[in-house]
Amino acid sequence: MNPLFATVRRDVLLALRRKSEVLTAVFFFVIVTSLFPLGIGPEPVLLKKIAPGILWVAALLATLLGLPRLFAADHLDGTLEQMALSPSPLGLLVAGKILAHWLLCGLPLVLLAPVLGLQFDLDPSALGILTLALLLGTPLLSLIGAIGAALTLGVRGGGVLLALLVLPLYIPALIFGAGAVEAHIAGLDVGGHLSLLAAMLVLATFFAPWATTAALRVALE
Amino acid sequence: MRQSIIHWFKYASPQSFYPLAGRMIPWFWAAAAIFGIAGLWISFFVAPTDAQQGEGYRIIFVHVPASWMSMFIYLVMAFWAGLGLALNTRVSGMMAQALAPTGALMAALSLWTGAFWGKPMWGTWWVWDARLTSELILFFLYLGFMALQAAIDDPRRADKAGAILALVGVVNIPIIYFSVKWWNTLHQGSTINLNKAPSMAQTMLWGMLLMALAFWMYSIAVALTRVRAIILERERHTDWVKHALE
Repeated sequence: MNPLFATVRRDVLLALRRKSEVLTAVFFFVIVTSLFPLGIGPEPVLLKKIAPGILWVAALLATLLGLPRLFAADHLDGTLEQMALSPSPLGLLVAGKILAHWLLCGLPLVLLAPVLGLQFDLDPSALGILTLALLLGTPLLSLIGAIGAALTLGVRGGGVLLALLVLPLYIPALIFGAGAVEAHIAGLDVGGHLSLLAAMLVLATFFAPWATTAALRVALE
Repeated sequence: MRQSIIHWFKYASPQSFYPLAGRMIPWFWAAAAIFGIAGLWISFFVAPTDAQQGEGYRIIFVHVPASWMSMFIYLVMAFWAGLGLALNTRVSGMMAQALAPTGALMAALSLWTGAFWGKPMWGTWWVWDARLTSELILFFLYLGFMALQAAIDDPRRADKAGAILALVGVVNIPIIYFSVKWWNTLHQGSTINLNKAPSMAQTMLWGMLLMALAFWMYSIAVALTRVRAIILERERHTDWVKHALE
């Protein structure tokens, strides 16, 4: 397991020395969620109703914003090729990079979401469900997104293409993530939503690093 | 045993597949025309007017086959993509690339005719029904596949990247379908349930099946024509292409 944590440590260190890149996605999340009340109007009832969807869509887009950087820098300076040649399996290193991406991009969103939820007048228990759903959902977004990032590595117009490839695959996470909070507000049981989200996370944890590795090998040929 | 393997792999080479595809195309066009004429005749002249929906229901003779084909073509595309990835055969990747536009066309046709059907029946062009929504997402998946292939210059890399995307998509399609379905039941009330359609008369079913066969044959004919063009484009540096075009 050592190569995994070494990759995580390296990526986190690199990102912390250039903080602006990490902070951009976080500020994007804050700004986008704050735009919606300005566009829709300040009625608390309506805002409370649409809050889970808005926060989740904003989280999707913020994750997407950080994805092109996941492999791009390592691809440019040749680190990725060294990783592919190294004795430790590439899948493990890729899993480390995805984990680092989540720590830098997903975890801040999870921690910020309750604060932003207050803007939408969500009550404390709904905020708790929102945080829990994001905690399960954002790693899923990083895992699926990594496949797209690897496929579009070094491709013309990669950023827009990445959105086109990845966003349709994000739909189940969006449905169950936002659905959990909505169900809680409506007084329904949220166990089903969270279980499905967790099940998808387990599936993606197994398959996504594998598919990402395959895609990276194609890109490195 | 060994003989049969060699026999199948013979057509994995573009050079031998090109003339085979050329010989098959007229047959599939003919089958598409025959099934199409028979299907249209049944659906317009034989099938009775629906008691509840009037003449407008006849849109389903195009709509349902198009929806079926849009889903089926994605599976076939993923099959060729997976085969190409596993066996490294060149024609498989070209086949997947040739199928994608037809699949996207079928998905678009299905959405379009669905809107035309929805307006007189439900009074609205679009509802966020589970089937409509998942068809729309399928259309997006086709667009993503085509955009990815178009963005990569090296055809071999484009094939492999597209193959991985198609396989990821095919794993996700059931997940997307069920999530959209459950999302829809959670938000009942505002939507119209498609499942309450009255049971179909025998002739209507025949018309629909014949139209589905016509669409199927058309898709094969078009995909083979397109794969021939792709073969010529990619193999233009070889001698046999120069001879074939003379």
